[in-house]
Amino acid sequence: MANVTKNTEAQRLNFWEKLYLPEIARGLGLTFKAMFKPNMTRQYPEERWEPEGSYRGRPVLVQEEDGERCVACGLCSRVCPALAIEVQAGETDKEKERFPKLFEINMLRCIYCGFCEEVCPEEAIVMSKDYELVFTSPEDAIYGKDKLLIPVAKLQDRLEFLRQYK
Amino acid sequence: MPTIFIDGEQIEAKEGQTIIEAALEHSINVPHFCWHPSLTVAGNCRMCLVNIGFPSRNPDDVDENGDRKIQYQPKAAIACATPVADGMHVNLTGKKSVEAQEAVMEFLLINHPLDCPICDEAGQCKLQEYAFNHSKGKSRFDEQKNHKDKRVQWGPTIMFDGERCISCSRCIRYADEIAKQPVLTFVQRGDHVTIQTFENTQFDSPYSMNVIELCPVGALTSIDFRFKTRVWEMSFTDSVCPGCSRGCNMQIGVRDNTIVRLEPKTNMEVNEYWMCDYGRLTQYEGVNNNRVVEPMVRKNGSLVAVSWDEAIAEAVKLISGVPSKDISLVASASSTNEDLFALQKFASLLNTSSIEYISNIDPSFGDDFLKQSDKSYNSFGINALQLKAKASTADKFSVKNTPLLITTDDSLSVDAVSGANAIIAFASNKTAIVDKAAVVLPLSTYAEVEGTVTNFQNRVQHIEPAVATVENQRFMGMKQSRWDAMGAHNDRWTQGEKRNSRSGWSILQSLASELGQDWNYKQSEDVFTEIASSNAGFSLMNYAQLDEFQGLIVGASSLPEKKAIVYQSHVMKPN
Ligand code: SF4
Ligand code: SF4
Ligand code: SF4
Ligand code: SF4
Ligand code: FES
Repeated sequence: MANVTKNTEAQRLNFWEKLYLPEIARGLGLTFKAMFKPNMTRQYPEERWEPEGSYRGRPVLVQEEDGERCVACGLCSRVCPALAIEVQAGETDKEKERFPKLFEINMLRCIYCGFCEEVCPEEAIVMSKDYELVFTSPEDAIYGKDKLLIPVAKLQDRLEFLRQYK
Repeated sequence: MPTIFIDGEQIEAKEGQTIIEAALEHSINVPHFCWHPSLTVAGNCRMCLVNIGFPSRNPDDVDENGDRKIQYQPKAAIACATPVADGMHVNLTGKKSVEAQEAVMEFLLINHPLDCPICDEAGQCKLQEYAFNHSKGKSRFDEQKNHKDKRVQWGPTIMFDGERCISCSRCIRYADEIAKQPVLTFVQRGDHVTIQTFENTQFDSPYSMNVIELCPVGALTSIDFRFKTRVWEMSFTDSVCPGCSRGCNMQIGVRDNTIVRLEPKTNMEVNEYWMCDYGRLTQYEGVNNNRVVEPMVRKNGSLVAVSWDEAIAEAVKLISGVPSKDISLVASASSTNEDLFALQKFASLLNTSSIEYISNIDPSFGDDFLKQSDKSYNSFGINALQLKAKASTADKFSVKNTPLLITTDDSLSVDAVSGANAIIAFASNKTAIVDKAAVVLPLSTYAEVEGTVTNFQNRVQHIEPAVATVENQRFMGMKQSRWDAMGAHNDRWTQGEKRNSRSGWSILQSLASELGQDWNYKQSEDVFTEIASSNAGFSLMNYAQLDEFQGLIVGASSLPEKKAIVYQSHVMKPN
């Protein structure tokens, strides 16, 4: 057998480390020091973490006063590498002509890549700060418009973050 | 024959041809919007500008190889209206031509709205394609775009969007020259130009919807199809319209295992570039809705869904229970040749001579363009196959005292079959006959089977399945749209109905095998091979040949000449 490495754990240790007991004392010392450091643990769910605008939580649809921005162009659904999005367009009398009659994201498929947000010509789908996704059945994981539409006011951080890179 | 050179490539053109025609015949595509091979030349989009030149007359004006230098004309000319001349040099990809193309694109896009996300044409739009291939990709126009009327209805089938129109006039020329309903015209001038129908008229010709594919952009959309799906979400399958015996070639667009759109496909021998509105608006309904989805057997007076094996066993029990020569068979003029041939074979197995079919002739339907009075899909196939079947009409047809009626036509009326003691129905749709039948065997529609049909010219054309059934699922595979092919059982979009129906020949084969005769067909091509070997008229044919020549004529003694290039103005790519 060629290339036998002679760099095993045992070979790397020095005499004192091999003795074992001084190392135990050193480890205990570290633990003891940590007791006086500030506490990093969060008491979730009472204490929650608010991510920055750059955070990619679940994708949501932007809701304006007069309804969704989305025009059901289906680009997000085409670009989605996980085939998570299904869009069915309908016709409205509004100027933009189209709206999503059905808009569903299968959160079991979504991989939070943000491609849908990037491709959207209307800035209508953005990644939110929501990382708390709980469902009890595969059917529950398919989010419809009722769960996806979020008022634009709540998405300001993300929209501002996106504009920096326009 | 004038010899011309396009970018140095030598081409033998025909006398009187324009440059664009000569180029197309040699598979060279000159960018164009307004030119269409079946319409007169308008020359108004200027997209086809090319640089034209001739060898210098001056004998001293030679290049290093000793050839005469080409003197190009200072101004570019339009390839769609310039006839070829011997020795002509056409520069299609040189600096001057490319500059001209880019300039035309920039002008066209000045007032063009950024509508692609809401435009049905997106994905198969000529303007999108050229914006990608022949334009600089940015605009110097910062001013306000012109606004025009959007959503103007031209008639019952067509919606016009003035802003998207690039004023190529293809639709106007189509209405004048092909549809023969000259009701469209340009109004206004310059960048305010738009199209209107004349006062008190509407564009409602029976062939009106062809302008939708003809329009190079998304200015004309189908009211029937509007926003049903994006083009890239569909799968496209070549097929043949079952609306009448013309058998127009068409493409079936399918999403969620449902037909969403039918559109014509070029076949110069049958329908050229067109199809009728009746065909494209009505011929998908029967595939999508009101279908028989499971084999059914009547138990205690009501139909219950059973397995195929049980239904076949039940049918065989009925067949063996009566003297087979008394059994009446009904053929269907909308079956494929394969189904008809199998039915003939089944009749000889039963030793019955009684086959009838209903021919559907409606003189008010036919016209002198495409529509044929004989509205059945394949009545010419019945003759071409020399099927021993008697023609009848829907109102005359009536069976008398037959112990068992086996029908492959589900459109029979209840009165017509009241003389039958028991009925085995091959049915696609839940029609009246289904309520009467003792055994119902779900029959796949034209959009779900592979086979051949024969049109009024005796041209045999090949069709392929576009919609998946339990039977053809294995062969459909990646031919389906991305959604249908990739979906899992918990995705809602795959909830499109998948029917447990079968093609006629395969049902008949199951019955025959229970009755003790093995046919050994594995696929419809096996049936067709037998047709071709037992029937002199079909002897030159097989599926590959039919595809290659877009159909072959029954009884033709030799294969036709190789086809010229088939022009499709613009299609979804990759298709
Ligand atoms: S974030 Fe990525 S995976 Fe999730 S829906 Fe958008 S494109 Fe699809
Ligand atoms: S890309 Fe944007 S506008 Fe288009 S369907 Fe998706 S969310 Fe709607
Ligand atoms: S509507 Fe379409 S076909 Fe008609 S002129 Fe405008 S762009 Fe051309
Ligand atoms: S002319 Fe006949 S075959 Fe052609 S589209 Fe119309 S109905 Fe169909
Ligand atoms: S194609 Fe020649 S001018 Fe339009």
